[in-house]
Amino acid sequence: MSYFRAHVLVCAGTPCMLKGAGAVKDALCREIERAGLQEEVRVVETGCLGPCDDGPVIVVYPEGVMYSKLKPEEMSRIVQQHLLKGRVVEDLVYRAEKEKAKPVVSLEEQGYLDRQYRIVLRNCGRIDPDSIEEYIANGGYEALGKALTTMTPEQVVATVKDSGLRGRGGAGFPTGLKWSFTAPIAADQKYIICNADEGEPGTFKDRLILEGDPHSIIEAMAIAGYAVGADQGIVYIRGEYHLSIERLQRAAARARELGLLGKDIFGTGFNFDLQIRTGAGAYVCGEETALIESLEGKRGEPRLKPPYPGVAGLWGKPTVVNNVETLANIPPIILKGAEWFRGIGTEKTPGTKVFTMLGDITNQGLIEVPMGITLREVIYGVGGGIPNGRGFKLAQTGGTSGGCLPKEFLDLPMDYDSLAEAGSALGSGALLVIDDSHCIVDVLRSFMKFFQHESCGQCTPCREGTARLYQLFSDLAAGKAGQDAVQLIKELCQTMQLSSLCGLGQSAPNGVVTALQYFEEEIQKHVAGECPAGVCRISMGSRAV
Amino acid sequence: MPVKSSTEPKKSLRQVIAEHNSDPGALLDILRDAQEIHGYLSAAVMEEIADELDIPVSRVYGVATFYTLLATKPKGEHIIRVCESPPCHIRGAVNILETLKEVLGVNPGETTEDKKFTLELTSCLGVCGVAPAMMIGDQVYGNLTPERVKEILKTYA
Ligand SMILES: Cc1cc2nc3c(=O)[nH]c(=O)nc-3n(C[C@H](O)[C@H](O)[C@H](O)COP(=O)(O)O)c2cc1C
Ligand code: SF4
Ligand code: FES
Repeated sequence: MSYFRAHVLVCAGTPCMLKGAGAVKDALCREIERAGLQEEVRVVETGCLGPCDDGPVIVVYPEGVMYSKLKPEEMSRIVQQHLLKGRVVEDLVYRAEKEKAKPVVSLEEQGYLDRQYRIVLRNCGRIDPDSIEEYIANGGYEALGKALTTMTPEQVVATVKDSGLRGRGGAGFPTGLKWSFTAPIAADQKYIICNADEGEPGTFKDRLILEGDPHSIIEAMAIAGYAVGADQGIVYIRGEYHLSIERLQRAAARARELGLLGKDIFGTGFNFDLQIRTGAGAYVCGEETALIESLEGKRGEPRLKPPYPGVAGLWGKPTVVNNVETLANIPPIILKGAEWFRGIGTEKTPGTKVFTMLGDITNQGLIEVPMGITLREVIYGVGGGIPNGRGFKLAQTGGTSGGCLPKEFLDLPMDYDSLAEAGSALGSGALLVIDDSHCIVDVLRSFMKFFQHESCGQCTPCREGTARLYQLFSDLAAGKAGQDAVQLIKELCQTMQLSSLCGLGQSAPNGVVTALQYFEEEIQKHVAGECPAGVCRISMGSRAV
Repeated sequence: MPVKSSTEPKKSLRQVIAEHNSDPGALLDILRDAQEIHGYLSAAVMEEIADELDIPVSRVYGVATFYTLLATKPKGEHIIRVCESPPCHIRGAVNILETLKEVLGVNPGETTEDKKFTLELTSCLGVCGVAPAMMIGDQVYGNLTPERVKEILKTYA
């Protein structure tokens, strides 16, 4: 391998590609060649670097200077000034808090990463996701080697159990405990499924992990396979995630070539391989039993539990279903131990969480922070606050099935238990910030439209409940709701929570229930034909959408 | 979904089914491939699949209508899917939809007269970092404004 004095990482995550990262990279390569630096500077495509709103983004190493919002024509300055003369191009440097911050330099020094702690995203934006060599050079497949050659399956399960890792797919179920149910079952076949269906509105962390570090998921699935005695893995991935699918396929092929998947891995007699299956557009298929139905070629309708998939899952065989982010935690836990992991985050929820910050927030994008950080720290710290001089109205954590939290909750720690107590959820880590220009009825109507569309229709409380709630909020928005609307909404929510078959119907009312607690007055005003935020076009009758 | 132009000769439905060993467990994959070949899943195609897999047509139809990426009706050359989930809604997805309706002269679910575009609504596309967003075919577009939407449509003219 030749020696390069500098590396330029070009973010090739979807948001940056959409903003023209391809053209930026081409221009960069052209300029590097024009300057005759092609033997000295290496350009590498990498996964998401985080500040998606400010793409296209590149990072120049060894200094670690991040440039953002780039245009192809600016590449000549970066090459001429930075790569040739070693001078940072100040005006193109990424600024974490756009208005006030002075230009900052290295990735580590930047405010953006200050409060962050990267376990899951350890390699994202640092290595070329298409290079298994770079993954290995950064400690990749070491955990698999350690597990296979120095640990028994029982020890692997025990380590994950001791780490306190909880599932990051939404429910927060302890991962080690889940594995310990499946491991002792004697069966001719078991499966590990990686749930990469990611349909929760506002969530795109799994996509960015798969795009940025596909090998970490392959390695983790093999470790899980060893722990519970499964030799087959399946990644169920959203049909729209073209780039993730391609990268994962290439990564699996490379791992096979190097004998890290397949037969007799590390000469230990352990066999494991995986296939990649794609979804066809149905949010409910993220629910683990619906996902399994879909894998069996059926409508993705959730099954009644128990039996749980850990006992009888795909084709009736014991099946462990884990989320992408959950799995990404496994290799570091095996390498560094349960103690280390427990030292991060909170006592009940160790580790970090990847959040996607969205809506009315200055820095939209992806962050990884220790569990237990407060909403305020995320929104006003890493998130850079609320833009356009508006005030904070509410934050919805956990995706569309989470609760609406007003400003009284800004100091709430972000972990499973605290958020559940407040009537919300940590869920998949989506954090939707809504400023005071929005109307609660319009927001709730949008939630209900989603659920009404995504309900699989199998059970009555959810099928009818979501449709009725959507109708009621449409009526409220149009100023056509009856006097009893709020009472009806309350009753419907309760029925759905108590009697829906799966998590979709049970949690769909969360946003409404919390909003009724904290914003009832604003909702009631709509009954009287008034929209305080001036969003609902009440006087004009029902809206077009 | 539009048929991808590809240099490979297209496989026949029979070949596809044979590749999956006539396994009903692979129904979803077979339907996806069948759609790739025929553009959409017509009654005749679904009947043929049911015959070959030896399962009731109702099951094939049930699966085909469950998933939004499968189509049982013919669609336009380009399918435009506008995200209407809350994060995009907050950032003005309604204006994007209104612009598309106005320029194309169709409502969601409809196809333009020249069969060029089908307008659809969709749940979150997983690119909320650049909300509001839409997809045209396999291509994602983010940070949309009414002006940008018009520009983008021009590139498909
Ligand atoms: C309606 C619904 C949608 C879900 N969508 C997802 C999803 O997209 N990804 C995911 O990992 N889990 C999703 N889940 C949770 C899964 O059922 C399951 O709990 C999870 O995949 C288990 O993995 P974990 O323990 O690693 O979190 C969903 C659950 C429900 C009820
Ligand atoms: S709760 Fe909703 S999504 Fe779940 S099974 Fe019932 S109808 Fe389907
Ligand atoms: S909400 Fe529109 S892409 Fe996610």
